[in-house]
Amino acid sequence: MNAKNYNDLAHRHAHGEANPHAIGHGHGHDEAHGSLRDYVIGFVLSVVLTAIPFWLVMSGAIADKSTTALVIAAFAVVQVIVHMVYFLHMNGKAEGGWNMLALIFTAVVVLIVISGSMWVMYHMNANMMPMHMEQMD
Amino acid sequence: MSDATHHQDVSAPLPASLTKLGKFWDLNEHDHPEGHSTMLGFWIYLMSDCLIFAMLFAAFGVLGGNYAAGPGPRELFELPLVAVNTSMLLFSSITYGFAMLAMQRGSVSQTQMWLLITAVFGAAFLSIELYEFANLIHEGATPQRSAFLSSFFTLVGTHGLHVTFGLIWLFTLVVQVSRKGLIQANKRRLMCLSLFWHFLDVVWIGVFTFVYLMGMLR
Repeated sequence: MNAKNYNDLAHRHAHGEANPHAIGHGHGHDEAHGSLRDYVIGFVLSVVLTAIPFWLVMSGAIADKSTTALVIAAFAVVQVIVHMVYFLHMNGKAEGGWNMLALIFTAVVVLIVISGSMWVMYHMNANMMPMHMEQMD
Repeated sequence: MSDATHHQDVSAPLPASLTKLGKFWDLNEHDHPEGHSTMLGFWIYLMSDCLIFAMLFAAFGVLGGNYAAGPGPRELFELPLVAVNTSMLLFSSITYGFAMLAMQRGSVSQTQMWLLITAVFGAAFLSIELYEFANLIHEGATPQRSAFLSSFFTLVGTHGLHVTFGLIWLFTLVVQVSRKGLIQANKRRLMCLSLFWHFLDVVWIGVFTFVYLMGMLR
């Protein structure tokens, strides 16, 4: 292949005409769209997933508080996934998978930041406070 | 070595090694259609926003129990009000969905109508939140009162600020759509705001679960 042919190939690429290199470059044509069905399912699910935790806490249906906390945390996680799928139209294919990859990376960082902070600060509290108390005595 | 061997005439055939390179690395800066990467870029912005909220949630998680002998969540929070607030945001999410469906149908007037209905729900959410904040401050539960209240106001206030800017953006787009119609650029902007608006609803799930509901369980 000579230079002229190469330039021709690049030119065709730029205009999105058929050539093997253009596959996977569907710029601007792979945005996820929701349907009415998606939005209604998402809405009904999120109303249910919101109402149950509020009811659990307001009525005190589960006597044990830490069990209640775990249950409503589980409901929150499920509701976040419902919103991601039905409202934000997340899937593994949008933008060639980069949306999903960015989301997974962020979820991992969020998990580390929140659980790490609480873990470290809990132990700081538990281990540092008594020393202050003893010094003050 | 003479320069002649390096500077080849463009019309002359490239050496075999260079043509192979050309197959793997795109040496030409070819153009992309306008806005082709906006959605991915905006998504990455939202993910960075997510990290801001993660830090605020972490701060609340650590400081949420430090009342400094002041009022705690059980004395301050009114769950029925929070439930109404949550439903406002949920309603605004589905009405924004309807605006997107109207946009896909190409109906300018319906898109604007659903956007304005979304704005009403968004404004109701903000009003209830400001009413709640005003009540708290009136009762002396100001951000300065305790670490719990500082982190509470920072987290919930940051979310409220996002909703405020979302509302400003929404009104801007209603005007844009009425002036230019549902052109490609406006569709792209509406899709970005859609992501932003639904993302704020996702953050609110974390707020009502971990701040309000779990606060009442403390």
